[in-house]
Amino acid sequence: MSSPEFSAGEAPAEKVTEVTGTGIPVRGNDIDTDQIIPARFMKVVTFDGLGQFSFFDQRFDDDDNEKDHPFNEEKYRGANVLVVNANFGCGSSREHAPQALMRWGIDAVVGESFAEIFAGNCLALGIPTVTADQESIEALQNYVEANPDAEIDIDVAAETITYDDTVIDATVHDAQRKALVEGVWDTTALMGANAGAVRETARSLPYVPEEDIPGGDA
Amino acid sequence: MSEGTLYDKVWDRHKVTGLPTGQDQLFVGLHLVHEVTSPQAFGMLKERDQEVAFPERTHATVDHIVPTGNRDRPYRDEAAEEMMAELEENVRGSGIDFSDPDSGDQGIVHVIGPEQGLTQPGMTIVCGDSHTSTHGAFGALAFGIGTSQIRDVLATGCVAMEKQKVRRIEVTGELGEGVTAKDVILTIIGKLGTDGGVGYVYEYAGEAIEKLGMEGRMSICNMSIEGGARAGYVNPDETTYEWLEGTDAFADDPEKFERLKPYWESVRTDDDAEYDDVVTIDGSAIEPTVTWGTTPGQTAGITEPIPDPEDLPEEDRDTARRAQKHMRVEPGDTMEGYEIDVAFLGSCTNARLKDLREAAAFVEGREVDDDVRAMVVPGSQRVRDAAEAEGLDEVFKDAGFDWREPGCSMCLGMNDDQLVGDEASASSSNRNFVGRQGSKDGRTVLMSPIMVAAAAVTGEVTDVREMEEVATV
Repeated sequence: MSSPEFSAGEAPAEKVTEVTGTGIPVRGNDIDTDQIIPARFMKVVTFDGLGQFSFFDQRFDDDDNEKDHPFNEEKYRGANVLVVNANFGCGSSREHAPQALMRWGIDAVVGESFAEIFAGNCLALGIPTVTADQESIEALQNYVEANPDAEIDIDVAAETITYDDTVIDATVHDAQRKALVEGVWDTTALMGANAGAVRETARSLPYVPEEDIPGGDA
Repeated sequence: MSEGTLYDKVWDRHKVTGLPTGQDQLFVGLHLVHEVTSPQAFGMLKERDQEVAFPERTHATVDHIVPTGNRDRPYRDEAAEEMMAELEENVRGSGIDFSDPDSGDQGIVHVIGPEQGLTQPGMTIVCGDSHTSTHGAFGALAFGIGTSQIRDVLATGCVAMEKQKVRRIEVTGELGEGVTAKDVILTIIGKLGTDGGVGYVYEYAGEAIEKLGMEGRMSICNMSIEGGARAGYVNPDETTYEWLEGTDAFADDPEKFERLKPYWESVRTDDDAEYDDVVTIDGSAIEPTVTWGTTPGQTAGITEPIPDPEDLPEEDRDTARRAQKHMRVEPGDTMEGYEIDVAFLGSCTNARLKDLREAAAFVEGREVDDDVRAMVVPGSQRVRDAAEAEGLDEVFKDAGFDWREPGCSMCLGMNDDQLVGDEASASSSNRNFVGRQGSKDGRTVLMSPIMVAAAAVTGEVTDVREMEEVATV
């Protein structure tokens, strides 16, 4: 087998400086990834079509009748800003969770706090996870419920969420903000450009034998 | 910021360079692959016309969807068959070693890595699975990643990460009778919360941790993520080295063992290391611990009352109320006596040989309650074979347990092993989320393997310390 050469990948990712659209609130702390997408819908080899299974068990009973859930409500059709509470996305590392939300139409998630792997998975898809304090988030959820057609504007660079005449002082984690605003969230391309340095690091580790390192001799 | 910890040292040894995002590019020493989170990543690689950069540093197995009963191919479940076929094609096309069911080495990815000696101290280890933190038990820096990051690792052998803070969790004293590593980690998560570890890596230390064998350390590191910490580790010591010496990686190559040992020693946390936070927990005060709710942080000692939501911090009340309604438990009661329908002994947290031995020793001479469906799912084919060689399978079967083939099974209900309706399960797994075990009305009570064995026998959550010893002939 020939030694694979690293490729620098494709063009840099698009810049995500701002997300504008209508909101959809999903309330509750500790909403885990098993709730966002139950494991039985992960028996697939692509992410296509996952959107319809978002929050499936919260949305349907055993006989497939709709239950009360924002994702079932007509008034939130077309919403792209998900507004959640604390520790959203805890649990499994399944990227199927943000993939499902993205394919349902979500472009940004605003909340009190996020589980780490979930936030990282969102970033890999160019979806900002924006945090603000509990009071601001609950006020925003109330506003969205009363005004499902009203526009919400998330400025990723300025770290603000604007709706009606309110401006929330929000937080976008430093590395995430930089990645989104500068369009450098395609880490495959970024890291692929450093293939020589990767080989050097690998060679410096006593547990990595030379034959495991592709790309020929140093 | 921390300084001189194992985390700092392993990070520095694996750092390739800083990235424009402010993250570091880390070389990945071992990439573990399974069927559920990898196919899309291989697909993305193909789309970009790229190959796997470090196939020799990559190892695959099948665990999540694999049936634990009839394993004849094609699998009866077409979706499972498709995923298995996809994995086979992906790994064989890339020259990746594959512990498949025909190899005799198949099992849950976090069981097979350590048992084959793939997992070693001072490595960076990633896998598209949040319980990758398990491997930290060996003094590795191990964490779960998403599918886009799997693509990164396949294509470049690296992952982009931000350095985190380090919290030392010192568990002092000696654990009491009937108290296991599982009770320790359930207690830690109960105290620090399911999001207490966000932004942190956990270093587990102290007398109670050092006295644990590798299996116990793995159970603890395994559930770091349930406390919000993406990684957790224990510094390597003689217990670690003893385990490693017996694995495939070193059993026939003592020279390699001696060559790598200085590196393992060098990454141990320094005596004068600095931490971002230190938490001390009295290990001697820990009881057999179980969950009463629907997050792994909603725990109580077996004799402790279930809390009144009104007494909890404001942000925890709503979750607690919903959890108590789902579980049908009342504040003030203990979990002792909570009726169960299913006993599940398995998962990457607790399905290693030692777990099965301890449970079997309890079960011997006893019988599973008539109203309980009980199953043992060994963590790997090697665990299964070793257990069968000791006759543990017969002990379990004689008592009325179902003895099954290795896989993730009822931990997450991706195969036929699922709760039905509102069944309640005593489970040695790691998550009690609503719907986790395959039924959205199902109820999961997390506990140690011996507590699962006790619950299987009595039909209810039971304080294993209260059970009389059964004389076995």
